[in-house]
Amino acid sequence: MKINLKYSLIFCLLLLAGGFLWAQSPIPAANQAEPIAIVGATAHLGNGQVIQNSLIGFEGGKLTVVEAYNQQALDKYRVIQAEGKHVYPGLIAPNTQLGLIEIGAVRATRDNDETGSLNPNVRSIIAYNTDSQVIPTIRSMGVLLAQIAPEGGLISGQSSIVQLDAWNWEDAAYKADEGLYLRLPAKQSYSWRRGTYQKNEAYDDQMLEIATYFADAKGYCQQTTAKAENLKLEAACGLFNGSKKLYVQANSVEAITQAVLLAKQHAISLVIVGGEDAWRIPGLLKENNVAVILRSTQSLPGLPDDDVDLPFKTPKLLQEAGILYCIGHEGFWQYRNLAFQAGQAVGYGLDYEAAISALTLNTAKILGIDDRAGSLEVGKDAILFISQGDVLDMRSAEVIHAFIQGREIDLNNKQKVLYHKFQEKFRRER
Amino acid sequence: MKKTIRFILAGLMLLVTSGQLFAQQTFPRNGVYDEREGWYVFTNATIHTHYNQSQEGATLVIHNGKIEAVGKNVFIPKGAIVTDLKGKHLYPSFIDLYTNYGLPEAKAVGKESEKKPQMLSNKEGAFAWNEALKPEYRAAEDFKPDDKSAATYRKLGFGCVLTHQMDGISRGTSAAVLLGKERPHEMMLSETGAHHLSFNKGKSTQAYPSSLMGIIALLRQTYYDGQWYAQQKGETNLSLEAWNAVQSLPQIIEVGDRLEVLRAAKLAKEFGKDYIIMGSGDEYQRLNEIKATGATLILPLDFPEAYDVEAPFDALQVTLAQMKHWELAPTNPARLAEAGIKFALTTHELEKKDQFMEHLRKAIKYGLSEEAALKALTETPAQLLNLSDQLGSLETGKVANFIITDGPVFAKESKIYQNWIGGKPFELKDLDAPDLLGKYALRVGNQSFTLHVSGKAGEQEMKLAHQDTTTLSVKHTYDKGILTLVFSTEKEGKRIRLSGTATGKNWSGRGQDIEGNWVNWSATYQGPPDADKKKREDKKDESIDNLGVVTYPFTAFGWENRPQATTYLIRNATVWTNEAEGKLENTDILVRNGKIAEIGPRLSDRSATIIDGTGKHLTAGIIDEHTHIAASRGINEGTQASSAEVRIGDVINSEDINIYRQLSGGVTTSQVLHGSSNPIGGQSGLIKLRWGFAPEEMKVANADGFIKFALGENVKQSNRNNDYNIRFPQTRMGVEQVYVDHFTRAREYGKLRNSGKPYRRDLDLETILEIIEGKRFITCHSYQQGEINMLMKVAERFGFRVNTFTHILEGYKVADKMAAHGAGGSTFADWWAYKFEVIEAIPYNSALMHEQGVTVAVNSDDAEMARRLNQEAAKAVLFGGVSEEDALKFVTLNPAKLLHIDQQVGSIKVGKDADIVLWSDHPLSVYAKADKTFVDGILFFDRDQDIQLRQAVQKERARLVQKMLAVKKEGGKMQPARGRSQYREYHCDDLEREE
Repeated sequence: MKINLKYSLIFCLLLLAGGFLWAQSPIPAANQAEPIAIVGATAHLGNGQVIQNSLIGFEGGKLTVVEAYNQQALDKYRVIQAEGKHVYPGLIAPNTQLGLIEIGAVRATRDNDETGSLNPNVRSIIAYNTDSQVIPTIRSMGVLLAQIAPEGGLISGQSSIVQLDAWNWEDAAYKADEGLYLRLPAKQSYSWRRGTYQKNEAYDDQMLEIATYFADAKGYCQQTTAKAENLKLEAACGLFNGSKKLYVQANSVEAITQAVLLAKQHAISLVIVGGEDAWRIPGLLKENNVAVILRSTQSLPGLPDDDVDLPFKTPKLLQEAGILYCIGHEGFWQYRNLAFQAGQAVGYGLDYEAAISALTLNTAKILGIDDRAGSLEVGKDAILFISQGDVLDMRSAEVIHAFIQGREIDLNNKQKVLYHKFQEKFRRER
Repeated sequence: MKKTIRFILAGLMLLVTSGQLFAQQTFPRNGVYDEREGWYVFTNATIHTHYNQSQEGATLVIHNGKIEAVGKNVFIPKGAIVTDLKGKHLYPSFIDLYTNYGLPEAKAVGKESEKKPQMLSNKEGAFAWNEALKPEYRAAEDFKPDDKSAATYRKLGFGCVLTHQMDGISRGTSAAVLLGKERPHEMMLSETGAHHLSFNKGKSTQAYPSSLMGIIALLRQTYYDGQWYAQQKGETNLSLEAWNAVQSLPQIIEVGDRLEVLRAAKLAKEFGKDYIIMGSGDEYQRLNEIKATGATLILPLDFPEAYDVEAPFDALQVTLAQMKHWELAPTNPARLAEAGIKFALTTHELEKKDQFMEHLRKAIKYGLSEEAALKALTETPAQLLNLSDQLGSLETGKVANFIITDGPVFAKESKIYQNWIGGKPFELKDLDAPDLLGKYALRVGNQSFTLHVSGKAGEQEMKLAHQDTTTLSVKHTYDKGILTLVFSTEKEGKRIRLSGTATGKNWSGRGQDIEGNWVNWSATYQGPPDADKKKREDKKDESIDNLGVVTYPFTAFGWENRPQATTYLIRNATVWTNEAEGKLENTDILVRNGKIAEIGPRLSDRSATIIDGTGKHLTAGIIDEHTHIAASRGINEGTQASSAEVRIGDVINSEDINIYRQLSGGVTTSQVLHGSSNPIGGQSGLIKLRWGFAPEEMKVANADGFIKFALGENVKQSNRNNDYNIRFPQTRMGVEQVYVDHFTRAREYGKLRNSGKPYRRDLDLETILEIIEGKRFITCHSYQQGEINMLMKVAERFGFRVNTFTHILEGYKVADKMAAHGAGGSTFADWWAYKFEVIEAIPYNSALMHEQGVTVAVNSDDAEMARRLNQEAAKAVLFGGVSEEDALKFVTLNPAKLLHIDQQVGSIKVGKDADIVLWSDHPLSVYAKADKTFVDGILFFDRDQDIQLRQAVQKERARLVQKMLAVKKEGGKMQPARGRSQYREYHCDDLEREE
């Protein structure tokens, strides 16, 4: 009885630590009140550099010290001893529907795909649900920033970058409406039911619809005389003045090439999303400064005759070709495995620190937030985490502290709560 | 002589039109009696009496549509019409066993646009429950001679076809018919030629069966139902009555590929049938296995066209298998003939029937002997139809079905002159056309020319030499004795038109000159034509040298030579034994005869191939408790609440590239499961990943039988569209009742079976009864705790236990109950949030179940994830702190236990199967690669060898691309570069609905 009581108390305490969370996400952290120093960890800066036995200091949400630890005075700091541990910049999830979909199969919880083919004016940021139960499970794996991308149609809508510890979407917005998501149609599409590739009969029409949209939008945005406001055309103006990026979902050589031609014609800053076949045409991408958000490495090869490890080694192929790329994943809940997508590539020859860059600084560059995030460099936002070991390997990827703009976030999540709840049940039965 | 023949032909035509050779005794006659006996004699021919026998200068006598005599010294009755066939050949005409000649297209019964799943047949009357079962259909009743269609067959030399309606799984009976013009009464040689079956449900709009395994199960059940029907009195079922009646006929089944040939043969064997299998033309890819079945085949000749591979990136979509099949398909008949497999040939599947001869010649060029080809068109089909007494050779008493050619029948230059069917001629080319070849003095009015007629008789060219400077082409036609010439005497000039008849070799008549004046003309034979200067056809023949080899399987990364078990000594590895010894450093493993022979430090064996394991880790092969790879045409037969009768083992697909991919991830054994779309799914197939071996060879021998059950949203159809709201159950409440009801009925069934009273063998209930009797084991797709608990209670009520809960994402909530019940849990490492019933799924699930004493496995349900199940196991260390050795067991020993094969596999122990993996790194690390994967001591994946295979793929593709580019350059017919992946990747809620 005593024991039972004792464990019940522990359980209650655990619940308290979880912030009375049964079905709610953790409480967003308060602003950084005191300077924090992480001491002794192996710091992976995200820019390719590593500092063994490092000192990482931040204050007021910004990184102030990134250097080797040489017994510097740390009086003013709250010190976190991290010998044997690793520090990384917060991982960035590009192209995710996190916060847009809560339960995949339940329509009422899906806000990722608006009806119609051209929706450049729709904005993912306002549908981003900061209270999603999924978000805490992602950030407890070191993912601290995310690009929330709409899907569907030809032009899916506008993406925004959020930090993953917020009260509401305004709070969450790290860079709002920063890009437009375009999905190029495939010339042929694989018919799962038939087991064959079928010609996309609508291909020419769809390509024309896209081409016409961009031409019309460009004209509209340049027009100086009075004009009737057109929300759809207006939405593209940022592309032509360089304030927005065009993210194009394209995997085949054909689609990637069409995207490059389109971007070139209108002098748009282009990012390829998916990029399965990008390694086949490195010259075209490099010449046109096209970056790639790579799909998950833990994918099947696209063709039966492909090398069995092709998706595993694609990051290395892009790295060697000198293309700016980052490693992405798919969906929303899946993003908790983002780091392992890079780990998989390391197993197939990618340099370790390059793999870290592909999750952090490269992603920040591609998303246009590298002035504030993506690496551990003085002056940047303190968005980082400490893990017990190598974060790319599931053997050691346990995240123990995480900070977003200096705020130490709660790493608890619904799944941990359920874990403890049923640990308690079985403890009582013992 | 010529005149005579012409006259005779004219007479024959009359006969044909009056159609009186085979008298219709029952029909009233309108007009005057005009039936003729029809004595015809053909002399001086080379008569090919049989596919392998011929006589030169022989005579054929026919009378009343039958062969009266054939041979050298036969009696020629007085008054017979004699045709001299000097220089001509006479063959038995061809037989095509696979046509729908003269039959209407099948139509769906009822509305085709019905959206709601159709549970029963729409056909009215006391017929089968399933719309795809139509044994009662009789082609004979629908048959109507169709002269246009018949003419296309006749042109190719066919005289008789077997015709059936190509729709349904049991398609009813076919009729053997002659390709003449008369009433069906006369054209039908046999109104019940054969019973036709297929692995395709055709126009049936009924939901069941939706998968190949469902089709096979339906056929098996129908065989049993037929047996039962014959002994019972309570039910009238016209389909079963017909089914029983047609069993004595030849059984012809159409299949979709080489593996289906094996499946059909297996089905035939089970029920003591001799199927004649309508193949797909890729049989050479599994030649030995097909030969071993002893089956007889009907082969199509629809060789694929070359792919247009000019655009390099588009061409990537075309798989090596497609390219290789393009090259090797024409060798199929030759390879089968060489292997001694009996087959007939058909025009079926040809895009256009008139491609037949061209394709057949191609097959001959690729090695098929002319004799074998002729046999496959005459004797074999006659035999298969049990009509050898009437067809297939030219012998006394047989039907007078023969063709007259001017050379060996398959030679490119040869022409078919006449095709006689039932003693009546169809003239394709005029046998009496005069030999016009020669040099003539042509006189028109008072003008003189020289006319040169050269080329081949019947297809001659005429040229006019005028003033020895120009040659002008002369257009000419010859029809029934009248020759017409049209020409001009100068280039682009006005034309002279002449018409006349022959006297001997000279011609004369009247015509009009360019002014319209009527003039006389004559052409006087001067002698043979000048030597033929015609250019020889020098179009380069496509090469049949250097053909690619057949690999096993017939895909990229297939083997040229079957891999063999070898003695291996793996030295100095870190060995994860999964046994009491735990992890052993610096340890050697000796593999011999497919087993683990020795484990220990510094082993030696002189015969062994040494593999250095320094710095590497060795584990038991990964066992995937839940996969859907390596299955053909659907993994769900979810159209009924229970489909216990279907068996994944019937549809194992040995050619799935994912087998090889998963070997590269260390997987050695997989349970291929039925999907999760109904509460009681189908029986599992347990395979070892013996890449390149045939389906039956991949199966784990003597393994316990398993069956898939499923709970929750999939079986309630809750994530499907609103039309799917009629099949019971639609709620969890209903799911329980499905189980209780089926187990109750199965128990009753068992009682009846054991009582000795007659009973209907029910494959569904029989399988469910096996569960109650402890002979079959459940692996149940499950998520929420409530229903997991429910199924355990149902099982306990019926006295058995649930072997495994698979997915079991809320297993952690009832882990204690599962442990007490004795159920294992095979789960995902970290999946959740994809549907409502998984919102409380947690990655700590495996750890919590493990702590409670549940045997825990981590499975894939996904062709991609299966390649890194070691990483998924590692997540149990990260989430919940399971020890590394225990975590590894989640994907090796524990699934072996759950599958009852832990006596053979799952750990590194002397005497166990050598299913082992040598890893480059710690096996739970994301960085670990399976360097070598052995199954039964056979090295099925080796990273070094894989590099060579990749190079081989590239080289072979490059060779075939060049070959296809050459075809295009020469103007060959091409098809667009469109990929075909025959092997689909399934997840457990994927529903098959074939289009």
